[in-house]
Amino acid sequence: MSLGGPLIAGIAFAYLGLLFALAHWADRRADQGRSVIARPTVYALSLAVYCTAWTFYGSVGRAASGGLGFLAIYLGPTLVVLLWGSLLGKMVRVSKAERITSLADFIASRYGKSHLLGGLVTVIAVIGVVPYIALQLKAISRSFTILQEYPAVVMPDPAATQPIWHDTAFVVALLLALFTILFGTRHLDASERHEGLVAAIAFESIVKLLAFLAVGLFVTLGLHGWGGGSELALAWVSRAGEDAAQALIQPHLGGFGDWFAISFLAALAVMFLPRQFQVAVVEISDERHIQRAIWLFPLYLFLINLFVLPIAMAGVISFEAGGVDADTFVLTVPMALGQPWLALFVFIGGLSAATGMVIVETISLSTMVSNDLLLPALLRRWGGLPPEADMGRLLLRIRRGAILAILLLGYLYYRLAGDAYALVSIGLISFAAVAQFAPPIIAALYWRGGTREGALAGLAAGFAVWLYTLLIPSFAKSGWLPLDFLDQGPFGIAALKPQALLGLEGLNEITHALIWSLTANIGAFLLVSARRMPDTEELAQASAYVDVFKHQRRPHQALWRGSAEIAELMALAERFLDKERARTAFTRFANSRGVAKAADLPADAHTVHFAETLLSGAIGGASARVMVASVTKEETLGLDEVLDILDEASQIRAYSRELERKSQELEAATAELRAANLRLQELDRLKDDFMSSVTHELRTPLASIRAFSEILHDDPDLDVEERQRFLGILVSETERLSRLVNQVLDLAKIESGHADWQTEDVDLAEVIEQAAISVGQLLQDGALRLEMILAKGGGALVRADRDRLMQVMVNLLSNAAKFSPPGTGFIQLHLEGADAGWRVSVTDNGPGIPEAELERGFEKFHQASAGGNKPLGTGLGLPICKQIIEYFDGRIWAEVAPGGGARLVFELPLGQRAPGGKAESK
Amino acid sequence: MRRSNLTRQRLTALAFLGSFLFFSPLTLVFDRPVALLGIPLLYHYLFGAWALIIAASAWILRPDRE
Repeated sequence: MSLGGPLIAGIAFAYLGLLFALAHWADRRADQGRSVIARPTVYALSLAVYCTAWTFYGSVGRAASGGLGFLAIYLGPTLVVLLWGSLLGKMVRVSKAERITSLADFIASRYGKSHLLGGLVTVIAVIGVVPYIALQLKAISRSFTILQEYPAVVMPDPAATQPIWHDTAFVVALLLALFTILFGTRHLDASERHEGLVAAIAFESIVKLLAFLAVGLFVTLGLHGWGGGSELALAWVSRAGEDAAQALIQPHLGGFGDWFAISFLAALAVMFLPRQFQVAVVEISDERHIQRAIWLFPLYLFLINLFVLPIAMAGVISFEAGGVDADTFVLTVPMALGQPWLALFVFIGGLSAATGMVIVETISLSTMVSNDLLLPALLRRWGGLPPEADMGRLLLRIRRGAILAILLLGYLYYRLAGDAYALVSIGLISFAAVAQFAPPIIAALYWRGGTREGALAGLAAGFAVWLYTLLIPSFAKSGWLPLDFLDQGPFGIAALKPQALLGLEGLNEITHALIWSLTANIGAFLLVSARRMPDTEELAQASAYVDVFKHQRRPHQALWRGSAEIAELMALAERFLDKERARTAFTRFANSRGVAKAADLPADAHTVHFAETLLSGAIGGASARVMVASVTKEETLGLDEVLDILDEASQIRAYSRELERKSQELEAATAELRAANLRLQELDRLKDDFMSSVTHELRTPLASIRAFSEILHDDPDLDVEERQRFLGILVSETERLSRLVNQVLDLAKIESGHADWQTEDVDLAEVIEQAAISVGQLLQDGALRLEMILAKGGGALVRADRDRLMQVMVNLLSNAAKFSPPGTGFIQLHLEGADAGWRVSVTDNGPGIPEAELERGFEKFHQASAGGNKPLGTGLGLPICKQIIEYFDGRIWAEVAPGGGARLVFELPLGQRAPGGKAESK
Repeated sequence: MRRSNLTRQRLTALAFLGSFLFFSPLTLVFDRPVALLGIPLLYHYLFGAWALIIAASAWILRPDRE
């Protein structure tokens, strides 16, 4: 079957119609608030507009001659997007804050909102990119012509050109102008992104990828003998030895420097081509989408390059060497293998690649042309404020005219250039042109220096070098200019040879141009910027750009002084934007400042800045500045004042950080203090308890002493026996009292740590024996029997205070004696070795201690009753023993003895043996 | 936001690794007339390294589990 012209054209236009419908639908959804494109995947796909017809067809062309250079164009971007988290994120943040709508605006707004700078950027962009647009149109036209000849594969005759109205490319150009106007200039306000447009671009990215993959898969399967391309496998086997095939399977990198330079260039282009800036920065709906794009976009690039080599191989073996342009293999291979539908699919894929690029470039270029070239010129002519009431409509018309003009210009260049070198090789030349934007933009984001004149000088120098080393030589190589200035240098000066400046030879023309143009660019930028300090506007913008991630409050508010009227500002906004839109924006702003109506807004720096930003979205930063300045009276701040304010801002930030740190330290200290306070309160309570117990205990004997003393005093006639008895009681009570007082003091001294401890090696056995002797009287009184079982061997040495130890033993023994039944009382004293020390236990056969009270016996003032009501002790004996034993790292506790009595046990750790094993004497 | 710092560092490191893989003498090592499955060695190397970098960045940027 043959594919006639009308059929192909029909399918192409149907496809474009599909795009129109898709864009329309997406715009409708966006208006309803249900956006289809607010997804990270769509964002990543829109970035793939980077792959144009140049790469769709051209990659295979380069691979077929054995060059791997085409990969460099994708590897550079793969690496640079890894840094996009901060780099692109910053650009996006700044652009949203400043309502930036184009590259020109981005650069101009940063360096003093200069019209001249914006204009220069626009000129460079247009000159650099329009030929690139022409290349896309040429690709469309060429692929159409080739496909028309199916099933024959014939290269189009460069001499014979179609009349314009027969040229598919012309019709496509017009349709694209219509598409761009319809979906790219609906409103003037840049906060409206072009949702329909982005949807169409993303769709086209999918189509071109699928088309390329389809051919790739078909060819790969064919080369291995499967699928419809089985003849491919046979052909490969038979022709693998030929030169063309050999070149293919021995690819070379080219010069290593070129390999790197082109990657670097591509890395810059993927950000600074106007179409890339448009989709990546202006059209982005959510900063967070950048994250997914960082790996999804390189994945796309990877996939679309995967089958380049197989397709090139298929092309080389399917056609006689030189018969068919390698650039067309993607299309002609399916044709040669008898696959018309696949070929059509490829044609549509190429069409997608081309139209996507054209649409987006045209939008961005037309925005720049209308905002940064035409509008400033118009403003100058009107001397300030425009006479028309509704500027918005006028501006839209200007923009639409620009779109049409750019497309026609592109078509014109294509017709004029034909097959010239100046068109065919424009791809990388365009990249080199937009690479000139890199120094001012990167500096804008990371450097506070840089002046308007510096940026102008840098751009102008870089552009001039680019013109001289790339564009003009390409004209010469196309035959439009004499070649000898290329070969021998202008006026015969060899050092100024355009493609070997200062003798730098042996480099690819692109690498050579890149080195010199960037050197001139950066050099001029730095040198001229150093001539003066940045002025107010530049400093303020520097802060707004560089610190965009840190600033909450815009410095503009602090740096603007003047007076304005709200009504005038609003009127200005309504002139350029939709009346409705302008009013809504102002009202929303007023609400955010806590004011009900827009008319009540204070006309201060904040409001003025808001008005300026609002306008920037429509007409660009530089023009917005001019407009707003015309309705306000601004006082110019001196440079010193500006620096002071900016310094102040940074000082305030430093202070507030200090304050935060201090307050954190304070909090920590307070928490500690609170804990200490709680502890003190607890101790206080314990002390009070102790005090009340002591006073109570003291009062009891005192009361009885007083009572008996009074009786003795009041009754002189008491008989002797009575008197003796009472005196005896007095004596024992006072003794008891003094014992109590002593014990209290003792306990207090021990607990407060003021006791005198004389620690030495003490022989427990000896102390026990001594204690037994001293309580001997007590024992005799109660007719109690004492049995002592002492460990064998000499010297149960412990480290202790001898007197204190005596005190403990005496206490324990007297307790036991007190509680043993008289007559039948039996006390057993046991000294034995224990785990790591010595254990002493005193057992009696008295009433014993109930289980529940085993521990309470060691509490202060706890008294066990011995079957009678009268307390037998002071209640402090055991607590004191506990303190003493524990002071020497021992333990003391009570048990229930077998037989029912009480057993008091304590353990003390081993003492050191003095040399000779003898206890030191005190 | 602390996690995003780590992510940024990792991505920068990956960018360096990629630069080394693609643009250092290492690449020249693979520039030899050897073919696996009919495809030159250099292609295998470049595409392999490319796939590695993409996979690594996708892993680094995986969404946090809650």
